[in-house]
Amino acid sequence: MEEIKPDKSINIKGLICPYTFVKSKLAIEEMEVGQVLEIILDYPEASRSIPKSMEDHGHKVLKVEKINDTDWVILVRKERE
Amino acid sequence: MEFTDEQIHRYSRHIILPEVGGKGQKKILQARVLIVGAGGLGCPVGYYLAAAGVGTIGIVDNDTIELSNLQRQIAHNTERLGMPKADSAKMTFEALNPDVTVHAIKERLNKDMIMDLIKDYDIVVDGSDNFPTRYLVNDACVMAGKPLVSGAILRFEGQVTTIIPGEGHCYRCLFEEPPPPGLVPSCQEAGVLGALCGVIGSLQAMEVLKLILGKGQPLKNQLLMYNAFESSFRKVKVPRNPDCPVCSDNPRITELQDYEAEYCQMRF
Repeated sequence: MEEIKPDKSINIKGLICPYTFVKSKLAIEEMEVGQVLEIILDYPEASRSIPKSMEDHGHKVLKVEKINDTDWVILVRKERE
Repeated sequence: MEFTDEQIHRYSRHIILPEVGGKGQKKILQARVLIVGAGGLGCPVGYYLAAAGVGTIGIVDNDTIELSNLQRQIAHNTERLGMPKADSAKMTFEALNPDVTVHAIKERLNKDMIMDLIKDYDIVVDGSDNFPTRYLVNDACVMAGKPLVSGAILRFEGQVTTIIPGEGHCYRCLFEEPPPPGLVPSCQEAGVLGALCGVIGSLQAMEVLKLILGKGQPLKNQLLMYNAFESSFRKVKVPRNPDCPVCSDNPRITELQDYEAEYCQMRF
């Protein structure tokens, strides 16, 4: 599968809900439609809630992957302002 | 502007709303709102707008705090009896949120200063307790093209309406002239259950926030009425009056006037 290159990456390890989503949302708001945001996090609940909330806000979740014992990486493409 | 970590925490419940987000919160922080009256309505309106982060709030009131105010005027307290209400409101709102600058204007509004005052604000909120002020604020907002969120309370009933000059009705489309003094409730008749101020003031604050955000349907061309005793809300349409003395295409009133305050001075 082709590797997706994010346009921006944020590391929100150590943050818990709802600040995980608040930070992610603020980051994606600053981006252009079509750009991809990479989110690196370690709060298990957020690995489920961020993709759901991003979809609710109309964006496209491209990937949710556990990359080691503690961390996840999520890729989201901005679909709308 | 960039949010500080403290702001991200403070406004997180706004930011996660799709209709607000960081962009909406920045609009709120940059907004300038003038509140007429630091009484029953002005207190909850200012409290919620300060909590929301409205960056600049002006509050106009020339009264001082009396014991009989404290049953409903929630920005004041017992230790501040005798203090100007505008100063007390400033203390309370700025203590709640350091992002907010409050200008305390300890004057009674009059026709000679109101235009100069409202020009610095985006939105005006009327929480005044008398008809001369209510009509003066309406006429000035129509002439200046300033959105006005008007609220009123008495006993168990309250009303809210949002006036967008040039787009919808104004207060004079509803009630062309102030009522004659004899029709206004006397002091003995003009009680109010304090929590009613919270209901109506919160509705006004919500109208202001929608106007700032440019989201939702404000009460333009509508009057929302609340009856606390019956626990009922009623919304009535208020069409723009094509012959309105102040907001029609050919207005009769083209200069501001100060009505005589010959009503019983009940203090809301």
